[in-house]
Amino acid sequence: MNLSIPGSVIGMLYLLAALLGGAVKLEWVENEAELFVRNMSVMFIPPGVGIVTYLGLLRVQAVPVFGALVLSFIATLFVTAKTVELTGGSE
Amino acid sequence: MSPFGITLTLVVFYVFSEIHARRRTFYTNPVLLSIITVAFILRWLDVPYGSYMSSAGILKFLLGPAVVSLAVPVYKGRGTIKAYAREITLGTTVGGTVAILSAFYTAKYLGGSEDVLLSIAPKSVTTAIAIGISEKLGGIPSLTAVFVILTGILGNAIGVELLGVFRVKDRIARGLAMGVSSHGLVPQG
Repeated sequence: MNLSIPGSVIGMLYLLAALLGGAVKLEWVENEAELFVRNMSVMFIPPGVGIVTYLGLLRVQAVPVFGALVLSFIATLFVTAKTVELTGGSE
Repeated sequence: MSPFGITLTLVVFYVFSEIHARRRTFYTNPVLLSIITVAFILRWLDVPYGSYMSSAGILKFLLGPAVVSLAVPVYKGRGTIKAYAREITLGTTVGGTVAILSAFYTAKYLGGSEDVLLSIAPKSVTTAIAIGISEKLGGIPSLTAVFVILTGILGNAIGVELLGVFRVKDRIARGLAMGVSSHGLVPQG
C-alpha cells in the first residue's frame, strides 16, 4: 500500500509554514485563497459524476458500502466525542 | 474542446445552490443533487463521461490549489487551535484512526471488494483531500467523492441528535466529533 501524502496537502503545509514563519503575509494570499475555499464544492461534481461508470459495482457492493458508511460514522462520532471529553474539553 | 461539460456543471450547480440557500436541509445538498442531475442529463443525451470531462475536468484540476488554500483558514484559526491543542491532537488522532479502520473493516466484513475498501477508507476527510488520498491508495476517486459527500450528509442528518443520545454536552467535544466523523459539511453542533 502506498501511504505517501497527496502533493496538494504538502503544498498546504508549506503555505501554512510560510504564513506562520512570516515569509508570506496573509494579505498576499487571503482573497485568492478564500475564493478557492468558498467555491470548492463545485469542483467535486465532475469526479462525483464519474460514479456513473461504477453503477454496476455499486449495486453489487451496496451492503458493504452503506453498512461501512453508517457504522463508521457512528463509531467515529462516539469515540472522538468521548476522547475529547476525557481529555478535558472546553474547561 | 466544447464547453458543454463545464457549462452544464456550473448551471446545474447554480440552480441547486439557489434552492439550498432557501431550504437549508440535508436533502437539498447541492453537490449530491448536481452529481445525480448531471449524470442523468449525460445519459439522456448519450454523452460519454470522457467527453464531458474534456471541459469539466478543469474544475477537478482546481482542487489542487483549493487544498493549498485551506492553509489560510487554518492560519486564521490558529488561536483556537493553540488553545485546544491537546483536545484537537488527541481527538483527530484517535477519531481519525477509528474512522479509517472502522470503514475499512466493516466493508471488508460485509464482503467489500478491494477497490471499494480502498475508496471508502478516506471518507471522513474533506472531499478534495480524500480524492487525492484515494488516488494514492489505488482506490477509485469518483467513488470516494460520493462516499465523502454521503458521509457529510449523514452527519448533517443525524449527527447532532446522536450526540444527544451519547450525552455529549461539551462544545469542543461536539465540534470535533462532528468534524472528524463527517468533515466540514455540518452545522456547528
